[in-house]
Amino acid sequence: MSKRPSSQLRRLPKGGRIDRSQIVSFTFDGRTYQGHAGDTLAAALLANDVHLVGRSFKYHRPRGILTAGVDEPNALVRLGRGAHAEPNLRATQIELFDGLYAESQNRIPSLKFDIGAVNSVLSRFFPAGFYYKTFMWPASLWMTYEHVIRHAAGLGKAADDHNDPDRYERTHAHCDVLVAGGGVAGIMAAVSAAESGARVILADEQNEFGGWMLGEAGVEIDGKPAADWVSTMVDKLAQMPHVTLLPRTTVFGYMDHNFLTLTERVTDHMPSRPAHLPRQRLWKVRAKQVILAQGAHERPLVFAGNDLPGVMLSGAVRTYINRYAVVPGQRAVIVTNNDDAYRTALALHDAGAHVIIADLRATAKGPLITAATAAGIEILPGHAVINAVGNLRVGRVEIAPVTADATAISGDIIYRDCDLVAMSGGFSPAVHLHSQARGKLQWDDKKLCFTPSTTHEPSVNIGAGNGSFELATALREAVRAGHQAASLTGHRSSMAAAPAVVMTKQSWQPLAAWKLPNGHAAGKGPKAFVDFQNDVTATDIGMAAREGYQSVEHLKRYTTTGMGTDQGKTSNINALAILAEALGHDIPAVGTTTFRMPYSPANIGAIAGRDIGALFDPFRRTRMDAWHQAAGATFEHVGQWMRAWYYPQPGETMQQAVNREVKAARTTAGLLDASTLGKIDIRGRDAAEFLNRIYTNSWQKLGIGRCRYGLMLKDDGMVMDDGVTTRLGDNHFHMTTTTGGAAAVLDWLEEWLQTEWPELDVTLTSVTEQWAVATLSGPKAAQILQDAGIDIDLSPASFPFMSMQDAHIGGLPVRIFRISFTGELSYEINVAARHGLALWRLLMKHGAAHGLTPYGTEAMHVLRAEKGFIIVGQETDGSVTPLDLGMGWIIAKSKPDFIGKRALARNSMGYEDRKQLVGLLCKDPETVIPEGAHAVLDPSQPLPMDMLGQVTSSYFSPNLGRSIAMGLLKGGQARKGQTVYFPLLDGRVLEATVTDTVFFDPEGERING
Amino acid sequence: MAQNQPDRGQRGLPGGSPRYSGFAIAKQAMRYHQDWQRAWRAPDPKPAYDAVIIGGGGHGLATAYYLAAVHGMTNIAVVEKGWIGGGNTGRNTTIIRSNYLWDESAAIYEHSMKLWEGLSQDLNFNVMFSQRGVLTIAHSEHELREMSRRVHAIRLNGIDSDILGPAEIKKFVPIINIDQTIRYPVMGGFLQKRGGTARHDAVAWGYARAADDLGVDIIQNCEVTGLRRRGRKIVGIETSRGFIKTGKVGCVVAGHSSVIAAMAGIRLPIASRPLQALVSEPIKPVLDTVIMSNAVHMYISQSDKGEMVLGAGVDKYNSYAQRGSFTVPEHMLSAAVELFPVLSRLRMLRHWGGIVDTCPDASPIISKTDIEGLYFDCGWGTGGFKATPGSGHVFADLIANDRPNAIAAPYTLDRFGTGLLIDEHGAAGVAH
Amino acid sequence: MLLIDCPFCGPRDESEFSCGGEAHIMRPLAENSITDAEFADYLFMRDNPKGLFLERWRHSTGCRRWFNVARDTVSHEIIEIYAMGKSPRTAAAKAAFTSSWRRDSAAEKAAIKPVTPAKTRRGQS
Repeated sequence: MSKRPSSQLRRLPKGGRIDRSQIVSFTFDGRTYQGHAGDTLAAALLANDVHLVGRSFKYHRPRGILTAGVDEPNALVRLGRGAHAEPNLRATQIELFDGLYAESQNRIPSLKFDIGAVNSVLSRFFPAGFYYKTFMWPASLWMTYEHVIRHAAGLGKAADDHNDPDRYERTHAHCDVLVAGGGVAGIMAAVSAAESGARVILADEQNEFGGWMLGEAGVEIDGKPAADWVSTMVDKLAQMPHVTLLPRTTVFGYMDHNFLTLTERVTDHMPSRPAHLPRQRLWKVRAKQVILAQGAHERPLVFAGNDLPGVMLSGAVRTYINRYAVVPGQRAVIVTNNDDAYRTALALHDAGAHVIIADLRATAKGPLITAATAAGIEILPGHAVINAVGNLRVGRVEIAPVTADATAISGDIIYRDCDLVAMSGGFSPAVHLHSQARGKLQWDDKKLCFTPSTTHEPSVNIGAGNGSFELATALREAVRAGHQAASLTGHRSSMAAAPAVVMTKQSWQPLAAWKLPNGHAAGKGPKAFVDFQNDVTATDIGMAAREGYQSVEHLKRYTTTGMGTDQGKTSNINALAILAEALGHDIPAVGTTTFRMPYSPANIGAIAGRDIGALFDPFRRTRMDAWHQAAGATFEHVGQWMRAWYYPQPGETMQQAVNREVKAARTTAGLLDASTLGKIDIRGRDAAEFLNRIYTNSWQKLGIGRCRYGLMLKDDGMVMDDGVTTRLGDNHFHMTTTTGGAAAVLDWLEEWLQTEWPELDVTLTSVTEQWAVATLSGPKAAQILQDAGIDIDLSPASFPFMSMQDAHIGGLPVRIFRISFTGELSYEINVAARHGLALWRLLMKHGAAHGLTPYGTEAMHVLRAEKGFIIVGQETDGSVTPLDLGMGWIIAKSKPDFIGKRALARNSMGYEDRKQLVGLLCKDPETVIPEGAHAVLDPSQPLPMDMLGQVTSSYFSPNLGRSIAMGLLKGGQARKGQTVYFPLLDGRVLEATVTDTVFFDPEGERING
Repeated sequence: MAQNQPDRGQRGLPGGSPRYSGFAIAKQAMRYHQDWQRAWRAPDPKPAYDAVIIGGGGHGLATAYYLAAVHGMTNIAVVEKGWIGGGNTGRNTTIIRSNYLWDESAAIYEHSMKLWEGLSQDLNFNVMFSQRGVLTIAHSEHELREMSRRVHAIRLNGIDSDILGPAEIKKFVPIINIDQTIRYPVMGGFLQKRGGTARHDAVAWGYARAADDLGVDIIQNCEVTGLRRRGRKIVGIETSRGFIKTGKVGCVVAGHSSVIAAMAGIRLPIASRPLQALVSEPIKPVLDTVIMSNAVHMYISQSDKGEMVLGAGVDKYNSYAQRGSFTVPEHMLSAAVELFPVLSRLRMLRHWGGIVDTCPDASPIISKTDIEGLYFDCGWGTGGFKATPGSGHVFADLIANDRPNAIAAPYTLDRFGTGLLIDEHGAAGVAH
Repeated sequence: MLLIDCPFCGPRDESEFSCGGEAHIMRPLAENSITDAEFADYLFMRDNPKGLFLERWRHSTGCRRWFNVARDTVSHEIIEIYAMGKSPRTAAAKAAFTSSWRRDSAAEKAAIKPVTPAKTRRGQS
């Protein structure tokens, strides 16, 4: 490492699946290197003899490349620049492309010299859980400590520019069979199922299908080299229209009823990304049958210095040699408890490296051992690597003979120089998805791993993921699984024979050796790592067990083992086994942790998909919206609606604009866009009876063409919504609701009709969107309608208050309601939505001469408050009854029942100290009491104060020339005339008098203009 | 009410277990950490106790601790069917605040807040209570009005709370998006500076260790299978490890309250629902506080490890399966990316669900029952973690004295009969 | 993510539905007098079994129709879907229905008009 490596020093002259014709250059930590298309970043770095690629989370120890895939704990880099930068990506999964830019993480200032490494020197003082035991005194300093701790935390740095320039998509898919994992087993299963015509999705996280076999040499399937068989089969699948092949796609979630989530990396591997493609795509798949072929992860061995750069997993070394034509070292030491590492030894040997094998097993036999011996490889049976040493890269190992169970050293230590250690501690099936779907696991004490037992969802496990490491067995399982899945989904399928396999036999029974001896007393000696990313050592696990953190979950949480971005793929089983050893239990007794979504980290951007920005939630705008915008209105969010709030004229403040609008509505006329009010068309023989049950008041006797105000309660007696409902015919009503309540009210009515009173003949239709509504209010309202060419007599005699008529205005067919939310002569003019804008323009045109002024929701609020009209959701909050509002008059005592009646009869509803609605006049008429301010009787009392209640509505009333307010006060109705105080946030205390709620025209004389 | 200083009992480890400190670590380091003692014993159940707490979560362990530390009841046990802290204690987003609307809520959550302040010293176990502030965002005129109401009430209850405008929020939380044209723009917010987070597991472990030091038996892997009564009086509990005689049983089993209640033939107004949360991969610090938004149902903080911790609203149907529907995190993450664009290029690392017991009024039940000696502390919904010390403290008081104190009094089971609810929910109560 | 077989539209994703909680809660009529506490059994008290649960669902973004579902709250398995106003047919669900404390609660008794019991019964959810 110290000398500058010449280009691709470790690249083999031939072989591999890389495209040697394409030389791509990339940058890592500011230095430019070369690699080939088909490399991963890790492969290309190793080709350039770069092993030191990261620093660990806690101790900042130098770390290299451990694996060749998703299980990588060490080789995490920050990929890309600016807004494109992405932290914590595994170099073992990043496909190389020209111009790729990557930086190492968690080091200051550089990988080779990291001041954080001081933690490593002091590591003895940072055992597992040390935070919990210190920093407690003095208490006052904790937040300072904590600040320091927090700022030392974290792995990679997020993008410098936070606005993600990329686009993500989500898609739904349904299939007969989803195959998770595209190794040879997955491919075989997919073919077996697809041949019957079943709709199959085959997903694999890698860029190429084939899995481990892409990194295996000398294997034949169906008479072809494994890799050729793979491409034949994949081509075959690609030809089938009912098969979807998803490479670069991770199945990360397996939920109820065979619902699975996948992320497809669409353009991440491209040097320049086509604009028409999303960066990633989230697949939401509902599968009838699921075949899990996730393969297995190799386990490290736990020996001192096992985390040094240059110490790698045996299978990974083999993959780099065979798939990427990279030999990660020239002088290699293999340490293993099983046969598989001998394949790596032979691969290294063939690649021209010098190899020594330390085999924990004293008496290992078999064709692979024979082959290694024949190749002249030095084999040390019954030996273990007990310590690996080196500075920034392994340079030497200490090897010692060990007892049969490999727990103690039994002879003299041998020293060997090396630049590579390949270790194998056996294999763990990737049971993650099976476990996510609540499948059970069983411990296999021959293969030393958890394998799937019963499943909870319609799914099956095959191949290495099922503990069937033997290739021939895996293929047999695959053929059967595919056939069965096809049959179960209603396809005629005949079971084919599994293809013949040529592969040197090996034993799949490793020696149970979880923690290799180091010749030191317990706890002493150099660190042997279990969880590489989170720096959890065998000693930490022993300590946790001694302290009583003996449940696996306690161990995980106390030591943080398995909590890194690799989710413990290389550490879980070793940690479990070492804990079991410490407790003297066997492994299944200690149990395993349940795996949860995601299998490997999934991009948040992809999960959010397109549901961001304007598509997060729709804006609803009325048919008159264009006019409001042109008029320069300011808008207010009301539920999903954007309502005109007020119409400021040049130079006007909000208060000035609102004052002008409010005055106009009382002196000349005002026009409000009321289209957002909820409208429900109610029909049926029992429509009146239905309203009788829904509202608190009586509806049977309401005349046709007449309107009535109604209050709707929940069955707990609390006010839910209000509005005016009009009888259009014997069996036909038009109901209006609050803007925010429209959808909820329709659902509410439907629920009662369908679930409680199905015997009622009533149908409901939402007509909110069908009608546009302009409310014309003020003394000049009638005059303006006449000028606009209305074709009915507006005299109170023929068109009385609280009635409705059909009419035409300037030829537009309209439905006019003479109701008033302002206390003025007022017409709510409903017109077919498509005519909304035309009606509005017509009225504004003819109103101009009379000073017609458009007013927004703020003015509407002031106008109704002057009259003491409530707004549900402002005067009420779900804990307010009609009696609390002083609206007892609207409860029909005579009715046997209505929703909320029984609840209102509860004793507690009559208590005098309930909060009741009152008017409030501030002593200083210029001061508007802030809404939400709370009233007290004695503002000088100590905290906490006894509060009477709060201000619900508060405005300056230009018509009264003073501020007015309404509020809910405990026992309020008895407090009329009393003085109350409002201590404000800014320290001021306002004084106010409790009054009646009607401030303006209490006799209601203006209603007829 | 909110002002009384709680009786914390005796500080530290009066029972004489070795104390934790920087010095202790240094000393142990010299011995290669071989001599650390168990944080709590693993005793077999005795035949009889003065009181038994069912449920070894934070609330149960806190109850046991305060029974011993404040009320001198040391011949008691906590029985836990699995491992302590394995329920919602270990599955929440660790948010702590006391800025509640109603007086009754303010009282108990502020009582809890006071106990949080100094809890590490009380327990001689660093629960990493980080008062980094909790900021609740308002996205509409309506929410601003609600916020004003809330803050006025909170202040008059003697609890700290400040209103911030969009610019101040941006200054306080640089990664937040305050663009006023987005669908739900940040229009303001209110901040409780004393609010923050704590290390959830450490709360269970700290209470367990301190309770154990005072003589409390903490019995894991011991499942309650029945409640034995004589007439209307509790005489003991049946467990997977045999019968345990006792005259007082406190049930603190969030996620299973209805199941235990059914054993005693008691009806609860509770629905058990999944509450989902997730964390991103750890990144260098970008967020120094806790942000909550109710309009879009999300809350977020950054853990001391660097993970972005996100929570959502409660799932819509009953479940005991500790797994929710994917649509919930899906929608929550859309909202999160809207407010915090930095999240878009991060990855979800872990996702999990807890089971919360929710009451119709979104307030808990801390109550005697019509069976003598049987007490319930449940229904905390999404507010459980932040309430842990306060809940344990008042529940211990209820069990010891067989009558609720002023803070617990409003939370009786009877309130549903009378209709005197504490309607945080009805009053557009903020998520927890 | 449940797959719910809407009786009117067929199998659809859970995300199209909303859950209405416990099924078969009969509403006491205001004209029949019961105590406040008995009324609370209807208004607030809820079955919350760990296991088979009879609940109401609505196909809210589809046909907007209500129906009953018998679902296991642990395995999330749906064993029966049946119409509003009907009682479950499968043995397990039937047992859950008949064994519920509600069947002989004062609130449920008060749900029936003495005069025409059949009429109101038909409407019960």
